[in-house]
This record gives sequence, C-alpha cells and structure tokens, in this order.
Amino acid sequence: MINAIGREIPAHVEGYGKVTPFAGAFATEPDMPRRAPAVKWARPGAAKLATGLEEVFRAIPVRDGMTLSFHHHFRNGDGVVNLVLATAAKLGLKDLKVAASSIFPVHAPLVEHFKAGVVTALDTNYMSGPVAEAVSRGALAKPVILRTHGGRARAIECGQLKIDVAFIAAPSADEYGNVNGIAGPTACGSLGYAYPDAEYADKVVAVTDNLAAYPLTPVSIPQTRVDYVVKVDKIGDPKGIVSGTTRITKDPVQLKIADTAAKVVQASGLLKNGFSFQTGAGGASLAVAHFVRQMMVAGGITGSFALGGITGYLVAMLEEGLFEKIIDVQGFDLEAVRSLAANPNHVEVGAGFYANPFNSGCVVNMLDCVILGATEIDTAFNVNVVTGSDGMIMGGSGGHSDAAAGAKLTVVVANLLRGRLPIIMDKVLTATTPGETVDVLVTERGVAVNPRRGDLKEKLAAAGLPLKEIGELKRLAEAIAGVPQPVKLGDRTVALVEYRDGTVIDAVRQVVR
Amino acid sequence: MTIRRSMLFIPGNNPGMLQNGGVFCADAVILDLEDAVAPLEKDAARLLVAAALASVDYGGSEKVVRINPLDTAMAADDIRAIVPCGPDALLLPKVQGAKDVEAAAALVAAAERPGQKPVKLMALIETPRGLAEAYAVAAADERLTALAFGAEDYTAGLGAIRTKEGTEILAARSLLVNAAAAAGVDAIDTPFTDTNDEEGLTRDTTLAKQLGFRGKLCINPRQVDAVHAVFDPSAAEIGWAERVVRAIRRAEEQGSGVVAVDGKMVDAPIVSRAERILQLAALLGLREEAGR
Amino acid sequence: MSLDKPAQAGTLESSDIMVTVAPVPPGSGIAIELESNVLAQYGDAIRRVITETLVAYGVADAAVRAVDRGALDCTIRARVAAALARAGAARQGGCGR
Repeated sequence: MINAIGREIPAHVEGYGKVTPFAGAFATEPDMPRRAPAVKWARPGAAKLATGLEEVFRAIPVRDGMTLSFHHHFRNGDGVVNLVLATAAKLGLKDLKVAASSIFPVHAPLVEHFKAGVVTALDTNYMSGPVAEAVSRGALAKPVILRTHGGRARAIECGQLKIDVAFIAAPSADEYGNVNGIAGPTACGSLGYAYPDAEYADKVVAVTDNLAAYPLTPVSIPQTRVDYVVKVDKIGDPKGIVSGTTRITKDPVQLKIADTAAKVVQASGLLKNGFSFQTGAGGASLAVAHFVRQMMVAGGITGSFALGGITGYLVAMLEEGLFEKIIDVQGFDLEAVRSLAANPNHVEVGAGFYANPFNSGCVVNMLDCVILGATEIDTAFNVNVVTGSDGMIMGGSGGHSDAAAGAKLTVVVANLLRGRLPIIMDKVLTATTPGETVDVLVTERGVAVNPRRGDLKEKLAAAGLPLKEIGELKRLAEAIAGVPQPVKLGDRTVALVEYRDGTVIDAVRQVVR
Repeated sequence: MTIRRSMLFIPGNNPGMLQNGGVFCADAVILDLEDAVAPLEKDAARLLVAAALASVDYGGSEKVVRINPLDTAMAADDIRAIVPCGPDALLLPKVQGAKDVEAAAALVAAAERPGQKPVKLMALIETPRGLAEAYAVAAADERLTALAFGAEDYTAGLGAIRTKEGTEILAARSLLVNAAAAAGVDAIDTPFTDTNDEEGLTRDTTLAKQLGFRGKLCINPRQVDAVHAVFDPSAAEIGWAERVVRAIRRAEEQGSGVVAVDGKMVDAPIVSRAERILQLAALLGLREEAGR
Repeated sequence: MSLDKPAQAGTLESSDIMVTVAPVPPGSGIAIELESNVLAQYGDAIRRVITETLVAYGVADAAVRAVDRGALDCTIRARVAAALARAGAARQGGCGR
C-alpha cells in the first residue's frame, strides 16, 4: 500500500503484524491503555547479586523466543550486548529478539548469532557497521523494525514492544540494583534511553564492572525495578564510549554551512531570552552551536534549556550562563559526564520524557530550534538518515524525527554535494523524517525554506540570507556533479521504518549487488 | 572599481577545495600553483586549475591564479596553460622589479585568445629588493592592477623577527601602500597566519585598513567574513562621506570655494575618499544611493 | 598517439581520482578498470569521461586503472590528461579551449 507521503509499504509483516500507514506527523491518535508489566516483589534478605550471566539466565529463566533489550549509551564501546548474547548462544537459546536502542560496529558478533539462529529479530533506532550491512543484504528473515528514540519509548510504554528481560549496562551499581552512569571506568553520563526498558520489562538485570557500596546515589535506574545485579570484569571500552572532548569541525565548507544556519536561527526571531535548542555532535551540527553561542554572548541572551545528546560545548554554554538548564538523555563526552554529576541544572531524563509522542507532553514539544543532519533530502523536504545512497543501512532516525516534529524551527544542515553525490533528490531512497516537520535546508550554496513556512521565508529574505527554491538547489547540484543513476534494490523488505507514532513511514529494500 | 577586501588562496592540486572555492564569498579566489603545490605535482596542478577555471562557478569572486616565480621555467608553462582558460588575473610571486612584470605581460599577451578579456596582473612583493622597487613594479604595465604584500618571506629576507603585532613590517606596509597609491593600483595586505586567532585577525586587518590597504590575503576560508567586517565601510564612515558629498554639492550650487564638514576643511583628496567609500558601500549593498 | 611508459596522476583524497595509464600493443583498444565510491551512481559517466579524454588526446590503445573518490568530470579530465602527459602521450593541454 501507499502511505501519506507516497511511499510503497507492505500491508502486513511477519512477526510485526498489520502495518498502519503513516498518515501525517500528528494524524494518528493513540487508542490504547499503557502496558502494565508484571508486579514483582522481593523478600527482605533476598540477594540480587549473581555470580555471572549464566546464573541469571537460568534463574529468570531466559527461554527461546524472548525479547532481550539493551540501551546504547556505550555506543561503539559497548561490551554488554556481546557478553549477553554470547551467554545466550552458549546456553543454546534460539529465536531471540534483540531490542537495542542502537547497534554499532562493535556489535559485529550479532551477525554470527543471526546465522546460528540465536537471534532472529532485531528492533532498534539506529544501526551502523557489519550488522547493518548484514541486515541490508537480507541476513534476517523478519524485517528489522527501525524506530525513533521517542517511538521506542512509546512502543514499550504502549505495549507494542514487550521486553522480557532488560539488560542495563551499569557504569556504577550497588548490590541491590541502584544504578547510575556518572562514576566508574565506563562512566557515560545519562542513562535516559534505558529508563523505559527498566520501567516496563518483566525482568531487569544490571550488568556492571563497578560495584558500589549500598545505597548508591544519585539513582538513575532504581532498585525497585532491578531484579539481578551481575558483576563482570569489563562492560565496555571507555575509548569507544565517550570522547575526551568533542571539537567542532575544521572543515571550511561545514563551517560555512553552520555559520549560515546560525544566521537562519537568528533571523527566525527565536534567538531571544528563553531560547531552547538541540543540536547533534557531528559535522556541521555542533559548529552551529559555536556560532549560536557567539550570537547569544553578543546579544546578552540567556536560553532556557539545551536538549539532547550533550557535548562539552553545551556544558560550557550552561556554565557561562547562556542556558539555564541542560536536559540530558545521552552524553557524548567527559565534560557532559562531569557536568551531569556536579551541576543540579544539568538534568537526566528518560527517553519517554525526551520524545515519546504518546504521553502528556515530551520535551521536544518545548523546543524552539533543532539542528539536524541528512543523508538525503527530497524536494518535499522528506529526509533520509537510514540508508546510504547505495541502499545500505548506515544509520537510523534516533531522535531525528522526534525533534523535527517537536521544534518550532527545524533546520537541516547538509553539504549540497556529499563527495560527488547531490544531497537533494526528487524522492529520497528511504523516508525517515517527514517533510512537513522540516522547515529549512541549509547548504553551502544556498538556503531553501519549506513552502509551508511562508512566514519564515519572509523573515529569512529580510535578513539577506541566500534563499533558493529546493528544486533550484537540486538542479545546481546536478549541474556540478551530473545526475546520479538510480540505485537498483531488491523487492524484499529488510527493515520497516516506523514513525514516532507507530505508523510506518517507509520500508527498506534488500541490497542485492 | 573591483572590490578586493578578501583574496582567498585555494590550493591548486586539491580538487575538493577547487570545486568549493566559490562558496565562501571571497571577493577574489587565488588558485595557487606556487607554494601550495609540491614540485613534482606542478604539471598535474596546472591541468587541474585550468580545468577548474573552465568548469567551476566561482560566483562573484574574481578569479586569480598564482603562477610559479618568473625566474623558473614553470612560469611560462603556467601562463601558456592558464591564460587561455580566462582567469581575471595572474598573481606573480616574488616580483623583484618592473622587468618581471614586463616579461609576464609579454607572455600573457602572447597566450591570450583573440577577443579574450585582457588578463590583469598582480604583483606579490615579498623580498626587500621587491619592496625597494615597489613603485616601479606598480607602474610597470597597464595590466598591473594590485600590489600584494607577503610578509613571511619578506621578514625572512630582512632577518627580522616576525611577530603577531607586526612592528617589524610597519614600514614595509606603509611603503607598499604608498607605491600602490602613487601608481593608482590596489594595495593588498599580507595574510594573518594564525587561523585560530579571530581577534588577532580583526586587529591586524583593522591596522591594514588604517594604513590604506584595500584588502587582505586570506589563507583560510574562515578568515573571509572577519576581513569583510573590517573593510566594509562602517555606518559612521558612510555618514561622514554623505555629509562631505552633500557639502560639496551645496558649495558648488552656491559657487562657494571653501567647504568644511564636522569643523574640518574639505579638499579634493578628501572628496575622492568620501566618494570611494560611498561607491564601495553601494556595491556592497550597504547603501541604496550612488551606483556602479 | 601512443604511450611511452606507465604513469600515474591524482590522489586518493576525497573528490579526487588516481589515474594510472599503461601502454598496450597497438590495436588492443582502451581497457578501463574502475574503482569508485559512487560506482553505482556514476560508474558509467566516469568511464565515458575517461574514454572521451583519451580519444581527445588521440590515444586509441591504453590500459587505464582509476581509483575514484567522487571526482567531478573536470577533475577526471585533468587527471587523465596529467597521466597521459607523464606517459609521454599528450601535449600540455589546458581547459580544452
């Protein structure tokens, strides 16, 4: 069937059920109660500390076909997914579903678990590396479900993603299951993406290499939800978890894009006292924060909050008084960890609070402005951040669609040409974030405003920004690079891209080369 | 009038930079065949720059190519390959005297296609000898349109200690500006080499403007906006220039010989300075009146 | 025109292409071995530009190996021309004017 933005999607998917087509960013309303996990109890004197993962697997017990969940604050330094699945394989378990908030290159052993039938389903918000390539080439019979960060919280809370056992990678834990992310060799800061898992899973296991004295404070994941604590030698590689410092790009083209994006933010009229802001850590996105910071200093502006993945750059802005608060669902560097531990105005929140569209209001709804990247964008402003231009999965929405939907001003920053490839297409290969939630595209060769935002276009024109129609930018790119030949993909659906409200916005087809 | 607030070097053997050179809105791009290119890559860079001139849209930027020094055989090869591709100007490095400019002009004239817009020349003054000859260089040929200053090689030639403050090059800068003004060509200042020091760049550029330079060489695209911010006429300068021009018009109408603005006498050089400011402001869209 | 010896031009930097040309016996024609990060989208276009450039320089027989990192057509032409010049086959050319 065809959804509201013209994407061909299957009507029914094995292991997922009936597909609800995307109907518009705010068109599908919830009609279900929240899920209630089984009630648990613990007698006085009962110990939670287990000697190893095998013991926990037997005690729960973990059975064939169960869903095991993981969070991704350790990113490419994560050791827990591989440890847990190696245990599952050793115990001869089959047909497991892995519900991990993101998958990174370090999770390559998962490919072997696919082949062996240990893992036969995957539910995630982002994936890159060997697992993503294997999925693209058809390693799993069942399509992978790709969600947004807010959509994953929604699916857990509303009962579409039932978790049997949640494994919490715990930088610090006490013997009774209190967990935080601010101390220990793998300190990663916020544990926000693990909150829904801990709250809604039937069983919760904290895996740590840093056992602290009871009671551990502050508490991110509380003892009231944690059933087992397992101490292992090493749960991750700090080098892959957080960078020492996140530096802004030195690439002159990206700096030019970032400078222009900051001028767009200023011209929008939103950059005034109370300003709220989200930006990514990569490429041009973080550089936008650099230029916005200069504007805030020059204008004597104090913002209300910075949101999202937190970098030292945003921490410095908090400490300079440019923002009143930081709302942190994930930290990217050691500065973010230090600040979360020390500064009461730096607040840790869960994925639902951050971005679940089906609660009484998530933080992205309060965002003035978000800066986002794109792998491709089409002339209807739909954005692809899931597949590369060759069709291979190399990412996922993460919080992209969520922040775009919530913010008053959504700015996509991207090089008009990525290598030789034009960023603008008639139709993106995989729609991730719908064009109705994207306001402005900023490239090094001009700025395009979504025609839905005539008000904004007038403001940007008045500020002297180099405005062009998006079709004009597309033609400009093709005049420089030539028109790319379309990529040929197979017919089989290897992943479903779920919008944050649980409707399906697109399907990813198999790479057949 | 050609605006040359910023002249941005682009390495000549780097396709990525060559294709993006136009996006930084520098008043001129200098596609560099000299220092930015390794000796064994000169041939390949020459072909690449030639192809870029023919294919890449540099927008409103003046297209300048820095060729290799005239005392090498490469210079003639550069001119033969580059000139037919239609650059606006060639920047000649290490110019020592009027003879260098004359030699280059002859090679350029021989290389130009019939009907081609004449290719201008700019001379980079970066030796003590070159500075001593600066006026002769500036006046050597009608193609010569600007003198640019290269302080790194120049101070090395002097044996002076190069500092960020630039006390050691103050005299040279002033001499160069004077030579350029005497010959009626633009003076372009030496680049500021610490690309991470934005405040230092602004200070150094402000000094250059104060000394009479029309623009500054830039070695990193990040420098362009800061340099423009300094060379753009300020609101105060535009206001002063408008008062001068108004006062002159009024005096002419009234047949009065003596004019004062803000309590100071106004004479011909001041009027022409005011007119230049207004012309620059109009070209840059900072002011609606006046015109090209 | 024929090639005297194998030669190479270009780099493996982004937006560049490294072109190696080598002589082959007369009548062998042009053989192009191409590696590119945009092979799916631009493979045919890159081969076409390489062939056109060889023909423009009067080279009918050559073995070409190209490792492309997203070079534009003008860069491909310049790198092929540089490799040919180094191989002793091409006049010093410019922008084709």
